[in-house]
Amino acid sequence: MADGGTMVIGSSTATSPAPRRVGSLRKLGRRRTTTALLLCAPLILLILSLKIYPTFYAVFLSLLDRKMNEFVGLDNYIFLLSRPSFQLVIFQSCLFAITAVMLKALIGFVLAHLMHNIRGKNQRIWRGLLLVPWVIPLSLSTLTWWWLFDPSYSAFNWTLNWLGFESIPFLGTTWNARIAVIAVNTWFGAPFFMIMYLAALKSVPEQLYEAAAIDGATAWQKLIFITLPMMRNIILITVLYSLIVTFADFDIVRILTNGGPQDSTHLFATYAFTVGIQSGNIPRGASVSLFMFPILATLAFFVLRDVLKRNKEIST
Amino acid sequence: MTSAATTADAIPRKGKVGSLARQNRWALRGSYAALSVFVVVFLVPPFYMIMTSLKSSAEISAQKGNPWIAHDPTLENFVYLATNAQFQRYFFNSVWVTALVVILSMTIAILAAFSLSRMGFKGSQVISTGVFLTYLVPPSLLFIPLFQIVGNLGLINNTWVLVLLFPTLAVPFCTWIMIGYFSSIPRELDEAALIDGASYPQILLKIFIPVALPGIVAATIFAFTVGWGAFLYPLAYLYSADQAVLTVGIVRELIRGDVFAWGTIMAACVMAAAPPIIIYTFLMDYYVAGLTAGATKG
Repeated sequence: MADGGTMVIGSSTATSPAPRRVGSLRKLGRRRTTTALLLCAPLILLILSLKIYPTFYAVFLSLLDRKMNEFVGLDNYIFLLSRPSFQLVIFQSCLFAITAVMLKALIGFVLAHLMHNIRGKNQRIWRGLLLVPWVIPLSLSTLTWWWLFDPSYSAFNWTLNWLGFESIPFLGTTWNARIAVIAVNTWFGAPFFMIMYLAALKSVPEQLYEAAAIDGATAWQKLIFITLPMMRNIILITVLYSLIVTFADFDIVRILTNGGPQDSTHLFATYAFTVGIQSGNIPRGASVSLFMFPILATLAFFVLRDVLKRNKEIST
Repeated sequence: MTSAATTADAIPRKGKVGSLARQNRWALRGSYAALSVFVVVFLVPPFYMIMTSLKSSAEISAQKGNPWIAHDPTLENFVYLATNAQFQRYFFNSVWVTALVVILSMTIAILAAFSLSRMGFKGSQVISTGVFLTYLVPPSLLFIPLFQIVGNLGLINNTWVLVLLFPTLAVPFCTWIMIGYFSSIPRELDEAALIDGASYPQILLKIFIPVALPGIVAATIFAFTVGWGAFLYPLAYLYSADQAVLTVGIVRELIRGDVFAWGTIMAACVMAAAPPIIIYTFLMDYYVAGLTAGATKG
């Protein structure tokens, strides 16, 4: 166009194939979008039908009465909140999740630092050994813990007796059982924190430590002013993610104590199972599970925020 | 004057280097010592699992002597389980459920990840974020409405229910891993292939899958771990022994027997824990790399 009359013929010959070209490009683009959506379809279908639909269905169920004939509004929630046994579930879930995650994060942090001192092939071997708890299916290792805690002929109590101490009813009293389930969860989850923190440690540039060493920084100062700020994001994401998983934990309590003694170790998940599946009160079981929702949603919000922020940092 | 200054400088520096090296040596020794303590503590349950599995029922019921070692090791528990039709059933169920779950999850995840990371369309960002969010939905939040749903589908007490439900646990994270790996493939690679006239299936099969193989291994291991080890869904939806998989079969059925069947139970645990341990022994590096991909980049 800018070339004016001299290129009239040229431009006219150029315009005639152009619409077809644009059209075919658009068609190509449309076909591309269709293909893209088709490829995503199984995923979207799976998530819609088995994640999103059940979530709304759970809300619907929780508003019904036991026989699932009548709407009772929020009665299930109100009833649960008024029950001391459920108040105990809330308390125990928070205690379990917060204590276990703190212990896992702490042990994982220490282990990651110890591992970081070891270089090369040896590190792989030690890492492999420390990851064993995390590799065995949790329900099976919990079964072993149960056998270790067994009151009559357990290996732990035998050792205590051998050392001259009294036997301990590990799962027999409220606080012993609470500590036991937290210990098993810590044992299982600490290796995960270790590998996450180890990867984060490896990504801290060595020059920072060298510069700090030249400035005469102590090991403690290096930890506070270099390692922690550099690992801040990954520590946060791992802790938040683990809080979600630990809050929703089922296997350990179900196998080790099944909520006992006197319903003092029930978590949301195990209590929902007892109420919903075993006693057959589906609506109330659904309400128990849904009590987790606001907690998990809040945590998920923060995880997502950090992950998205992180992705943006990586991509820019 | 200058030479005196340099020697004065050199002496403390040499001493400093020596102390640093000594410090490092001690740090290394300390690390090994501390790690040994952790390894011993961490390996108590697996060790005890193996020891108990080697004990005869008679030795366990006698309740005498040091329980930490098998005084009269025997393989009778393993022989019993290997020839026990019920245990074979659990194992077989676990194998085919896990195989199908892995194939199904990986197919869904790879296709979706390819589309989301490369064929950017309206809403692909939203879907990626949504996938990550569903990864954060734990199974224990939805197992009760799902109980009703699979009940309506007539799948209660049918092992196939696991093939339907386990992908919901595996797919979001597998897709997330695969999106990460696919995004790291340079765009020039598939653009060149497009110009050469390759179709999208060809690009996926001939470029993306081979290049992202480490990610595929990591995601496959994750799907395997879910299929092999998940406990809540099989416990809630399968109640008869012939439909059970290893995790619930061992926890529920074997314990019902006599009180001192612990040798058999632990042998069953050893056999059920063996496949994941073998797989992790060889492929741990891939899995850890996939899992920590985000951590190493920041």
